[in-house]
Amino acid sequence: MAGYRSKTGTAGAADRSPEAGRRRELLREMLRVRRLEERCVELYSEAKIRGFLHVYIGEEAVAAGVMSALAPEDAVVATYREHGHALLRGVPAGAILAEMYGKVEGCCRGRGGSMHLFDADTRFYGGNAIVAGGLPLAVGLALADKLSGRSRVTACFFGEGAAAEGEFHESLNLAALWNLPVLFCCENNLYAMGTALARSQSQTDLALKAASYEIPSWAVDGMDVLEVEGAARRAADGIRGGSGPHFLELRTYRFRAHSMFDPERYRDKAEVARWTERDPLLLLRTLLESSGQLDAADWEAMEREVDAEMAEAVRFAEAGTPEPADQLLRFVYSTPVQP
Amino acid sequence: MKTTYREAIRAALREALINDERVFLMGEDVGAYGGCFAVSLGLFEEFGPERIRDTPLSESAFVGAGIGAALGGMRPIVEIMTVNFSLLALDQIVNNAATLLHMSGGQFNVPIVIRTTTGAGRQLGAQHSHSLEGWFAHIPGLRILAPATLEDARGMLPTALQDPDPVLIFEHGSLYNAAGELDDDAGAVEIGHAAVRRAGTDVSLITYGGTLPVTLEAAATLAEEDIDAEVLDLRTLRPLDEAAVLATVAKTHRAVVVDEGWRSGSLSAEVSARITESAFYDLDAPVLRVCSAEVPVPYAKQLELEALPSAARIAIAARQVVGARG
Repeated sequence: MAGYRSKTGTAGAADRSPEAGRRRELLREMLRVRRLEERCVELYSEAKIRGFLHVYIGEEAVAAGVMSALAPEDAVVATYREHGHALLRGVPAGAILAEMYGKVEGCCRGRGGSMHLFDADTRFYGGNAIVAGGLPLAVGLALADKLSGRSRVTACFFGEGAAAEGEFHESLNLAALWNLPVLFCCENNLYAMGTALARSQSQTDLALKAASYEIPSWAVDGMDVLEVEGAARRAADGIRGGSGPHFLELRTYRFRAHSMFDPERYRDKAEVARWTERDPLLLLRTLLESSGQLDAADWEAMEREVDAEMAEAVRFAEAGTPEPADQLLRFVYSTPVQP
Repeated sequence: MKTTYREAIRAALREALINDERVFLMGEDVGAYGGCFAVSLGLFEEFGPERIRDTPLSESAFVGAGIGAALGGMRPIVEIMTVNFSLLALDQIVNNAATLLHMSGGQFNVPIVIRTTTGAGRQLGAQHSHSLEGWFAHIPGLRILAPATLEDARGMLPTALQDPDPVLIFEHGSLYNAAGELDDDAGAVEIGHAAVRRAGTDVSLITYGGTLPVTLEAAATLAEEDIDAEVLDLRTLRPLDEAAVLATVAKTHRAVVVDEGWRSGSLSAEVSARITESAFYDLDAPVLRVCSAEVPVPYAKQLELEALPSAARIAIAARQVVGARG
């Protein structure tokens, strides 16, 4: 019997070096996101959760790689496709699912839902459902750090569609002009909802756009979590060293539809199939197995543990309490106000 | 001491910068230029470019950066040159500043103060003259202030800075040169209540901000005709001091609402509706409104004046509701 393996793992034939352990940890993190999102889709189909739902399946390497380069005191600003970012930043899966259930136990007491996850403990500032709307916030968080003499990084995630918005250009200019510690993470999944990058932007080289603001920027294979992690560490180190904002274009792909209402008329199945061959979990798992850093027992244990975590999260959300309707007007102002 | 509305705001800014190192001022030409309307003149030299921060012409980014800085523990004061330019930052004000506390289930409050110039009367044409504060007063999560006096110009800012939530201060451009006496020890004022600027018994003239002077002028004219008007300055447009509105109507039984915004869908409509909902049986006459003509504010002086609420039009409306005396 393979037996239960702890998170760090001590048994088995695979390489037990710290480096191998770290790589397995990245695999586990991506698996956690994958399984959480699969649960979300199931629960949505069962009408347990409602609203718009945008899942991150296929893009896990981006959040996993970047989050591993951040420190607890850093801040994160994300988009409406942010379940994975919240989870890997440290928001418990149960609090995320309970939020989608609209329960008191949700990370925003049911006020935010899928697109608006927030968590003060992990400095997770959303969950922003206005494309590019989070960039100015990230610039401001970084400005506060600079003015206060704190050495912290604000990581800001947004899609390639944001690069068509004015707020993208205004924010990059401001961050560069004021030398602010922002890590801009452009998740280029090629489609702004259903509009292909080449159909919506005259310049499709996104790193080049950032470079035009004098921001160190480079394009990264967003399906390779090790590449992402390495790039994010380099960028974060540069930012902490005082060299101002950095920009990563993370080339990735969304395997599922934009949302639960998307019939996917804008891309063909062959394209999706080509990208799924580069599934970030598959890539890393294959690499680890072929290099003796992951054995079958490791993988089975990892799956079992993650499945258990998500099952417990669903149980937690199911068991949660709906916020009573008489609490409707809370949190509009910090102190009660009669409008 | 003798001072002006502009100098009173500057004194409030200066005090805030001295008292709280988390405070900084940010906006277009607030620094080296001295402020488009010279409100921040001299502060750049005194406090330096880190705290009197000139921004690019990027309203959305610098307002959003103010929100982010507030989330990060600062107390930013963001100046938007005119209310028309605030439209370029509506996303940040409405979708972020006003919503983050709620969407986060109470975890993240946004202690930002946004100052902007509003209103007409200076022949600046349609893109520098509108009164859009009524729009912002529509938005839950925001607090909307309209200082009309030297005391409020001096005192609303420090109170706004103590507020844990976003506060927008609308400074009427025609008031900057208003001069008068201000107590040497003038300081923070409360922002929760409307103020009776002239007590009266025959009709309530309810207004705020830039139209307070013309409303008081109308009241003086009416007094010569033996019509004793009460003038209520709303001061805070959101949340509205509904109790003060209802109290003055209960006293005079007649109301004229004066608002430089356009009449349709305006703040004056809201005030009138509150009176109808809660003081209908106190009324001896229908509520009337004096608002701006429903045109983009024109450049030519005679046209602009014709478009705006005037003391004469306010007095006519007041006579009309008083004439409805049974």
